[in-house]
Amino acid sequence: MEITKETAPPPPAVPAAAAHGRRGVTRPGDRIFSGLSRGSGILLLVLMAAIAVFLTVRAANAISQDHGNFLTTFEWDANTTPPVFGIAVLLYGTLVSSVIAMAIAVPIAVGIALFMTHYAPRRLGGPLAYVIDLLAAVPSIVYGLWGALFLVPHLQGLTSWLDQYLGWTVIFDQSNPGTAPRNLFTAGILLAIMILPIITNVSREVIRQVPAAHEEAALALGATRWETIRMSVLPFARSGIISASMLGLGRALGETMAVVTVLSSSDKLTAHILDPGGGTFAANIASHFGEATSLGRDALIASGLVLFVITLLVNGAARVIIARRKEYSGANA
Amino acid sequence: MAKRIDVSGLSAYYGSHKAIDDISMTVEPRSVTAFIGPSGCGKSTFLRTLNRMHEVTPGGRVEGKVLLDDEDLYGSGVDPVAVRRTVGMVFQRPNPFPTMSIFDNVAAGLRLNGTHKKSQLNDIVEQSLKGANLWNEVKDRLNKPGSGLSGGQQQRLCIARAIAVEPDVLLMDEPCSALDPISTLAIEDLIGELKERFTIVIVTHNMQQAARVSDRTAFFNLAAVGQPGKLIEIDETERIFSNPSVQATEDYISGRFG
Repeated sequence: MEITKETAPPPPAVPAAAAHGRRGVTRPGDRIFSGLSRGSGILLLVLMAAIAVFLTVRAANAISQDHGNFLTTFEWDANTTPPVFGIAVLLYGTLVSSVIAMAIAVPIAVGIALFMTHYAPRRLGGPLAYVIDLLAAVPSIVYGLWGALFLVPHLQGLTSWLDQYLGWTVIFDQSNPGTAPRNLFTAGILLAIMILPIITNVSREVIRQVPAAHEEAALALGATRWETIRMSVLPFARSGIISASMLGLGRALGETMAVVTVLSSSDKLTAHILDPGGGTFAANIASHFGEATSLGRDALIASGLVLFVITLLVNGAARVIIARRKEYSGANA
Repeated sequence: MAKRIDVSGLSAYYGSHKAIDDISMTVEPRSVTAFIGPSGCGKSTFLRTLNRMHEVTPGGRVEGKVLLDDEDLYGSGVDPVAVRRTVGMVFQRPNPFPTMSIFDNVAAGLRLNGTHKKSQLNDIVEQSLKGANLWNEVKDRLNKPGSGLSGGQQQRLCIARAIAVEPDVLLMDEPCSALDPISTLAIEDLIGELKERFTIVIVTHNMQQAARVSDRTAFFNLAAVGQPGKLIEIDETERIFSNPSVQATEDYISGRFG
């Protein structure tokens, strides 16, 4: 039950006034340490404020000179006169590729985590954890190269199959059958592989924290291993798995190089995720930044600000989901 | 249906370490049997072999026979999951499912057994909570989480959960050691009522408790740390506490142990 205590919410911090109100001996060590930790806290706030101000000022400058509608325009022509640029394609591409990545990665990651904690023999667990860490250590440009040179040609078959049999869903319909799958679907698969390690590792740690007493409660009632996982393990680990997924989503939303290499970017916005084209915020910034004029850079910064806001919203939503069933979370057991 | 437990030649291991050695005893139906003995003497381990929970621990392994009426729990082809559905267990620390409501906690075992009809569940949940003397305290908040109850209420909730599936035997592993004296008394009263319907085995460190609640008492001991625990004697509780036949039992009971 030690573990339960660790996961319990920390006791409310002593109000600053109470801590300082007591006069007595002040030790230099205490003063230095309190100064250092307060300084670190202030530094963080200053940094966040600086980034926010920088992004907002430059973004406002760009948006005020935009001759298109920043939210609904498909093209990204920020270097021309008059400049016309919008984030519609980028927003759509970012969200779709991340959703595909999450749909693939989360179930697999939770499965791996459960396998490592509940099914795998102990001597297999270590090597498996090592391989997953290795997956996290691969640089994203290497994933991009692998994606472009291996994944794209090898996904041709799957793409055609999806087009042929699931084409009626529109989503999997290819407008020009047989084109190379340099599309959002492939980007999503690649992103899924990239976010797999973080979701797996965090989920595994959360699942390890499930108190043995909860699992024994289910086992003693005559639950099978799967029923135990469903009754005791997953409900307890639920909020942690959501957090893990959000960490993965954050990475998928912001991933740059892998998407740049795999996706053939274009101004097209289509529900057909197997059609080549589209773009994401991060990939768009990376591929346009070098040649951008001063206004072009501000425009890219504006798109970066949108990505920043999306990430904030995603994290906020995750917090709401976790908080809504807090009394059932098991943290107070 | 309360059943007789008949154990013969039972030894349990953790990996290569032998935790209990060659234990044989009989537990009568509709009675309370208490296990007492110093820490590490294997009484909890032995209790956990009676519903095949011991083998859940990595490296846990058992030799010997446990007959429930005439069925060997360790016979080939016996599913440990099925055993645990007929031998209920209550743990040292109350462990209601924290993510479930009070109602769902009690209904959990029933749902595992395939009972899903709402009216039937309602009836059994009410019966079980009444049986655990908890109904009056929780009937207005059945949909609140079980983890919001006090420790003593949580433990009675766990008892309700265990008896809801009508087990043959109810095992209790120091069920009061995490509770205050008032809650302890409530549980002890409850044990007295439950023995009308179930075969009850209780592990306790509290000798007054053993004397109060049990019909028969078994004393376990170990020769030295690292040695396997053994059953020293089992007899009528009254006899164990007044005139035990083994000197070691008397030493332990009168506090002259170690």
